[in-house]
Amino acid sequence: MSGVRTEGDLAPTPGQTVGPFYGYALPFDGDSELVPPGREDAVRLHGVVTDGAGAPVPDALLEIWQADADGAVVRRPGSLHRDGWTFTGWGRCATRDDGSFSFTTVRPGRHDPDRAPYVAVTVFARGLLDRLLTRAYLPAGEIEAEELLTSDPLLASLPAERARTLLATPEPTGHRFDVRLQGEGETVFLRHA
Amino acid sequence: MAHPGRAGHRYGRGVTRTTALPAHSQAEISTEIDALAAEGAADGHRGPQPRLDYAPYRSSLLRHPTKAPQQVDPEGIELWAPCFGERDVHALESDLTIQHAGEPVGERMVVTGRVLDGAGRPVRRQLVEVWQANAGGRYVHQRDQHPAALDPNFTGMGRCLTDDDGWYRFTTIKPGPYPWKNHRNAWRPAHIHFSLFGTEFTQRTITQMYFPGDQLVGLDPIISSITDPAARELLVADYDHDVTTHEWATGYRWDIVLTGTHRTPTEEEGA
Repeated sequence: MSGVRTEGDLAPTPGQTVGPFYGYALPFDGDSELVPPGREDAVRLHGVVTDGAGAPVPDALLEIWQADADGAVVRRPGSLHRDGWTFTGWGRCATRDDGSFSFTTVRPGRHDPDRAPYVAVTVFARGLLDRLLTRAYLPAGEIEAEELLTSDPLLASLPAERARTLLATPEPTGHRFDVRLQGEGETVFLRHA
Repeated sequence: MAHPGRAGHRYGRGVTRTTALPAHSQAEISTEIDALAAEGAADGHRGPQPRLDYAPYRSSLLRHPTKAPQQVDPEGIELWAPCFGERDVHALESDLTIQHAGEPVGERMVVTGRVLDGAGRPVRRQLVEVWQANAGGRYVHQRDQHPAALDPNFTGMGRCLTDDDGWYRFTTIKPGPYPWKNHRNAWRPAHIHFSLFGTEFTQRTITQMYFPGDQLVGLDPIISSITDPAARELLVADYDHDVTTHEWATGYRWDIVLTGTHRTPTEEEGA
């Protein structure tokens, strides 16, 4: 029997793929709009999820979780019924048929003077047997202390071409962050110690 | 008796194949599953999580990372999880049988259990989302073309917040198994999808709950991607007659343990 856990039996419950049929269940109105698109400080964080053949993944689901513009961790409910004013720091976006996703949010501030600011990203997809975690770092030009992009402990620990996969690229309306599940330019995914 | 009008749907769902491999038989898939299980037992590396590179599940071929995950110390936002509350979830959203005018078809059941962190602490006031097929094995989803009836009284999506002891509880109907296109005569065992948040970002998980005694579980490449048999058992609920209610619903118990935490919970979170 495995349904009831006791103190001596706390092995983690394994993950499983999100499967193909979450579309009527997980997305919700306003899921990807952490702030309204028209707001003065709103930026777009968007990209495409691709597979090992370079083909777009039309049945992936991304979630982002981030600090606010001041670098503070927000502890506010309301993500599932947004009121247009409360920044909750969390959002969700299913990819479209062309593998694209798009969030409207604010640039996260620095949470630590020695670390580069980033958006935490979770990736789910049909065909992906467990979720993947990664970070989308704000690019040079969008943060105050650009030297952090070379001194940040994670970015510094990676070869340059691998570190590049974690850097969003600047655009006039925000930034772009592509997720490559496999192959050339494969995104760096994380395991937390 | 054949159903000529349905010939195009005979093998199930309109899901795009991501591989050009010919359709294998269940016996061939089961041989692959057994070989990878033996490999997992031999190399001692099998962990509690599924293998991402798991060829018997054909859709994983082009969708698993080839590089090992980068080890990193969690920092900043990763030490916290998003916060949900009464504003996000109405109490009635945990009953999947009352979302329409009539009663859904199928075996009414209650599934309940606790969400715990890796130290056994309850995950309090946190969001749980579920979705599932109806009693005939059909999802309310455009891409699901399995020719089983849609049930106008069943959508198959629910949400709840755990209580102060980490308990969740859903009332629903037992989902049916359904065919899919992984291989010839492939059937998914009946399952309910669960989406869970812990107290830290790194605990975020989506998984599937299966039912005890289901003969399809042993044939299924998705649950078999967890090559440790003891870990696979953790996805199978218990039938629990104490949850079953008189003349109303059968009952299942399924506890969920998230991965370990890195931050010491504050008093308000229930350290």
